[in-house]
Amino acid sequence: MTKVFMRPQSMNDVSTPYCPGCTHGIAHRLVGEAVDELGCFERTIGIVTAGCSVRSWRLYRFDMVLTAHGRPPAVATGLKRALPDRMVFAYQGDGDCAAIGIGELLHAALRQEKITVFMINNAVYGATGGQAAPTTLVGQVTTSYPQGRNPNHAGNPINIAETIASISKGSYVARVALNNVRNILKAKEAVIRALKTQEKGLGFSFVEMLSACPTGWHMTPMDSLKWIDEAMIKQYPLGEFSTPLVTPDSQTA
Amino acid sequence: MTDENMLLSGNEALAEAAIRAGCRFFYGYPITPQGELLEHMARRLPELGGTFLQSESETSAINMVYGTAAAGKRVMTASSSIGISLMQEGISCLAAASLPCLIVNVMRAGPGLGRVRPSQADYRQATKGGGHGDYRVIVFAPASAQEMADLTFEAFAIADKYRNPTMILCDAMIGQMMESVNLPDFVNPSGLPPKLWATTGAKNRERNLVLAAPLTDDQLIALNMELAKRYADIEVHEQKWEEQYLDDAELAVVAFGSSARIAMDAIQKAREEGIKVGLIRPITVWPFPNRAFANSQNHIKGYLVVEMNNGQMVEDVLLATHERVPVYHFGKGGGWVPSPEAIYGQILERSKGG
Repeated sequence: MTKVFMRPQSMNDVSTPYCPGCTHGIAHRLVGEAVDELGCFERTIGIVTAGCSVRSWRLYRFDMVLTAHGRPPAVATGLKRALPDRMVFAYQGDGDCAAIGIGELLHAALRQEKITVFMINNAVYGATGGQAAPTTLVGQVTTSYPQGRNPNHAGNPINIAETIASISKGSYVARVALNNVRNILKAKEAVIRALKTQEKGLGFSFVEMLSACPTGWHMTPMDSLKWIDEAMIKQYPLGEFSTPLVTPDSQTA
Repeated sequence: MTDENMLLSGNEALAEAAIRAGCRFFYGYPITPQGELLEHMARRLPELGGTFLQSESETSAINMVYGTAAAGKRVMTASSSIGISLMQEGISCLAAASLPCLIVNVMRAGPGLGRVRPSQADYRQATKGGGHGDYRVIVFAPASAQEMADLTFEAFAIADKYRNPTMILCDAMIGQMMESVNLPDFVNPSGLPPKLWATTGAKNRERNLVLAAPLTDDQLIALNMELAKRYADIEVHEQKWEEQYLDDAELAVVAFGSSARIAMDAIQKAREEGIKVGLIRPITVWPFPNRAFANSQNHIKGYLVVEMNNGQMVEDVLLATHERVPVYHFGKGGGWVPSPEAIYGQILERSKGG
């Protein structure tokens, strides 16, 4: 009998610590599959941080680093500058990237650090109980904005992928969604193109992933997937916002 | 040691000694009075194939240090007081993850933004941990350009030995004063012992982890116990201090860094006048050189702590002496620098038992 579906070799046989309906696990798996497919397991170092994915270093079999909230792009910079032939990625949330660590993220992008950042955008702070994030939609009710996000009080949501693309020409910047099979397959392509951008030394790479948080949104898992389509993608359109001058898919560097 | 003496500022001596210790990575944010140090690294490291990177903040600099330390390379940053405060989150994480590195604090006067004046007001922050959680940083307090070089060289070795962050704590006077320096010989970074724990890619080995927090409650308690044991070892083995004229001293001045340099002038003058005064100069301020006081002879009737702050090290002297004899403080915060004459006046007064 031929095995047609299995755990990526880059991943451990452990369960994910997430709530039912959360799509973090899909994002982790896509990264694991991409590392397998690129054959870079022995050269990969992942960085994770505070938030729901704080313990996700357990999921992988390659070297992992855990660091403070928002700081992974700076830590990745230090790692990559010391070990330029390794594959260094950071796995972060929207609080990390869009709030406390926006300085680290934008400056790593500005310097065209040869690192890859994956950002989970679920429009809330999941781990701390569903407070508002900079990515919370206008009107969205959270535990810290019980009246809903009011732009006169809290400003408008920030589109991180477009912001990076505007300051970091030639980097690879994409936004994907993890809410249906078609989108997940596209997300996989983006993850691979981001890592290839790094592999070929073409520049900074960033993939924002719209991800469901049924617990933080007070929705069923099915309604959460629908809400990504009906509300989130309107604010956060999918696609590639910047690509390297040399395509990361080409056979030559 | 080389045969050649060079005229260098303390900051330059420190930077050059770091390079000679095999440090090829420097991350930092401009701030006075450590400017010469950062600029020296910006010139020198690219020549040697190393990495100098000016970060967007001190927070980012210390996290770049975290990344390069996780990769197993010798790495440093430098800043001054308020910038060091901004780094404390990262220093706590470095200590939690047992990552060796060197942090330099060329102190200015505080609190707040303070002013660019020599000061020793960050003693307490440096020696008691500095950030959140129960951790320690090994802290050296050089008193000359030569010591800036020697202690920097040693700090890298001790950081690696204990897998712990180390700090050089100095001030604008020691940083900017130019003196003759004999630099240590070059260490080839590729000749340093490999760090088998570093996250370099899991090739032909089990994967490595560098974690700023363990997985479970029990593991965090175990980590704290491991750190406590490490700090106890460091307290036993790494206390360093200098003594002058203690054999018959009835009063001992206790001072570190630039205040010790100034105090020596006053002590020599007093000795010429026949006053029995000596000096204990902590070279490591953590671990504090308790043994210098435990060994202390019965003829010492009092200690005069001279420091450029409102009285921070005086607490450690009180603990070290168990208050057997009076401990006096002479100092002021805010950028005040004692004159040799003022210290001499204090020596006269305190040696009368006043």
